[in-house]
Amino acid sequence: MRAGKLITPLTLVVVTAFVILIPMERSGWVISLDRGVIPFLAAFLTTVAIFAILALALNVQWGYTGVFNFGVAAFFMVGAYTAAIFVKGPPEEGSSLRYVGGFGEALSPPILDSEQWLPFVIAALAAGAVSGLLALALSLPTLRLREDYLAITTIGVAELLRRIVIQEDGLVNGSRSLVGIPKPLSGYFSSDTERFVDLAVMAVLVMIVFLIVERGIRSPWGRVLRALKEDEVAAAASGKNVFSFKMQGFVIGAVIMGMGGAFFAFNRGAVGPTTFDHFFATFMIWAMLMVGGSGNNWGAIAGAYVVWGFWTTTLQINGYDLPDVLQSRIFYIRDFVVGSLIVIVLLLRPQGLFPEERRVSIWLDHRMRRGPRPADDATAEAET
Amino acid sequence: MRRRCWRAKTWPGSTWVISGMSIIPARYADSFSELRDRYRALGDRPGAIGLWALIIALFVWAAVFQTQLFVVGIIVGSILALGAMGLTLVYGILKFGNFAHGDTMMLGSYIAYILLTGTVVGRQANIDTDIGISLEQFPGATTGIGDLSFGYGLLIAIALAGLAMALISIALDRVVYRRLRQRKSGIVIFAIASLGIAFSTRALMLIIWGPDPRRYVSGIHYAKHYPFDVVLKTDQIFIFFVAFGLAVALYVLLFHMKLGKAMRAMADNADLALVSGINTDRIIVWTWAIGGALMAVAGALLAVQASLKPDLGFGLILPLFAAAILGGLGKPHGAFIGAMVVGVTQEVSIEFISAGYKPAVAFMILVLILLLRPRGLFGSTN
Repeated sequence: MRAGKLITPLTLVVVTAFVILIPMERSGWVISLDRGVIPFLAAFLTTVAIFAILALALNVQWGYTGVFNFGVAAFFMVGAYTAAIFVKGPPEEGSSLRYVGGFGEALSPPILDSEQWLPFVIAALAAGAVSGLLALALSLPTLRLREDYLAITTIGVAELLRRIVIQEDGLVNGSRSLVGIPKPLSGYFSSDTERFVDLAVMAVLVMIVFLIVERGIRSPWGRVLRALKEDEVAAAASGKNVFSFKMQGFVIGAVIMGMGGAFFAFNRGAVGPTTFDHFFATFMIWAMLMVGGSGNNWGAIAGAYVVWGFWTTTLQINGYDLPDVLQSRIFYIRDFVVGSLIVIVLLLRPQGLFPEERRVSIWLDHRMRRGPRPADDATAEAET
Repeated sequence: MRRRCWRAKTWPGSTWVISGMSIIPARYADSFSELRDRYRALGDRPGAIGLWALIIALFVWAAVFQTQLFVVGIIVGSILALGAMGLTLVYGILKFGNFAHGDTMMLGSYIAYILLTGTVVGRQANIDTDIGISLEQFPGATTGIGDLSFGYGLLIAIALAGLAMALISIALDRVVYRRLRQRKSGIVIFAIASLGIAFSTRALMLIIWGPDPRRYVSGIHYAKHYPFDVVLKTDQIFIFFVAFGLAVALYVLLFHMKLGKAMRAMADNADLALVSGINTDRIIVWTWAIGGALMAVAGALLAVQASLKPDLGFGLILPLFAAAILGGLGKPHGAFIGAMVVGVTQEVSIEFISAGYKPAVAFMILVLILLLRPRGLFGSTN
């Protein structure tokens, strides 16, 4: 029992140690703001924040509502591309970069430096809206069916959308990636300080998403979602519209996922179809949620940190002089470990690092803290 | 039983009725609802007949107007059929969708490859080495049998790969799925575990054999001309007959042998099968053995038809599931027909849309069947 309690802090400490010490050693123990470990950590944590948003979104869908979305890549990709064509300027004549849209300039009226932030806000909202609409369209035929039918349908949608992106190369520049996505607030800061601004902005965004999800789940609405996940028949018998609530959970999760995709696009500056394959864009998010603990928002964030920490550490290890046998295969070995990790977690620690909370209710929390109300005592006495 | 209708006077002299979706004059309302009741009494016969009619129409049209693509589609379909039958069999007994099926299929074909040629990637990427022992070393193992491009070495390799995959599947069940079963995990947990296995299997293949495509037999083999302008390699005819033979064998096993009877009983109702004295653990082992052997043969035949590549595995998931769901999940004979439909539709589709959309065709079939008739051709109502 005690060993079980140690796993969570131990994992976090080990990952943190690797994430800090290996880049430090690689950069020759330099501590400065413009090179070495600190800028690396800023960039690392920014990416963790983006994945944390995606994991939180999946937590809404799977951890709370029990909707089985195996096509995270679809919503992730739709969000990223939507945001990209919203913030980019119109395609230039004669350029090899071909895409539709390009609303960036139209969305920035010449007041308050609006080109630095307004298109990005609108693009993130649009990304969420498009992704949400996709979820809505998907949920109508498939949410009434068995869970694994939804899983295979979402896998199919992710594959279909990726095919469309690759095949129709006038749409978002096909397999050659859509590059040159502008960065928000880039006019204000130098490239050295920009990292830290990115990190601060993403940290605030994660916090907002976390608070919204956490508040939602502690409301009566959230408790219905959890009831659905536990037992649909019982929830239906209590007069809850199962289909409608499941759809709400699915769509809200997809909206957050789309926004996560938008932040990813702003952060990377380029998006291409290879990024959104099933392994990287779907399975990684699932691995993060399962490692962290589905049904717990802290778990989603911790899972993103641990899995992405492992992911980047292998990149760093690759810089060392490894034997050829390992060197040429390190990425495949990394894939193998992440793939097996989810199976091992399911077998040995199905609850993940942060187990699901049994009681999620602000109302009950207040009641417990204040103790039973006098009125309750009075009725209890009257009954006895 | 007649439904309650909402009647209203909207026009002097005639009463209109809102009944279901349509507004009709009242004097027809009774006969209309009678018609509707009669339609409902037919149960799902109209749906089933419609689906069968569509499939037959597709086959006849394709066979007449696109003979070459139809024949190739049947061959692709027979490869898919072997995979889909294994998938649906496992689904019937264990009640979960095995998302690792495509990748383990590729693993099977790679096991046949290593048995045949003994080749793996060496110390450095892109440079192959031999493990020193292989079936190719036997005299005459690679000389073609008749018009086939491969010799008896590959046949032995495929058979051994089938055995190996049967054992690997049983081992995976022991290590992973059985524990989840004992814990009474939901189907979703099984699905996630199988997805994890799918990706680690793919990574394992990449570690051992690298990302480049490989072939069992090098060199060019010419196709032969047949009546109706059909051009086929003898290998492809071989693929069809192997698949068809195995499908017949599976049918005989399921419907004329005691083991098959027990498997069908367990697929219907596992608890009832258990109290009837069927050793359900043994049935599960046999199911994995048969499914594993089928997937190895399917993967190897796929590699004979095209080539081996670790990335192909996950792409097979959609056509396999489309075939299994079209046939009715848990029904191997349905999966066989479903696989033929998926194979033919995929091949014929390249006449109309870009070949890059081939995987999407299987998805379209999947979505249509889920929308119109989720239980498929032979599936049961619940």
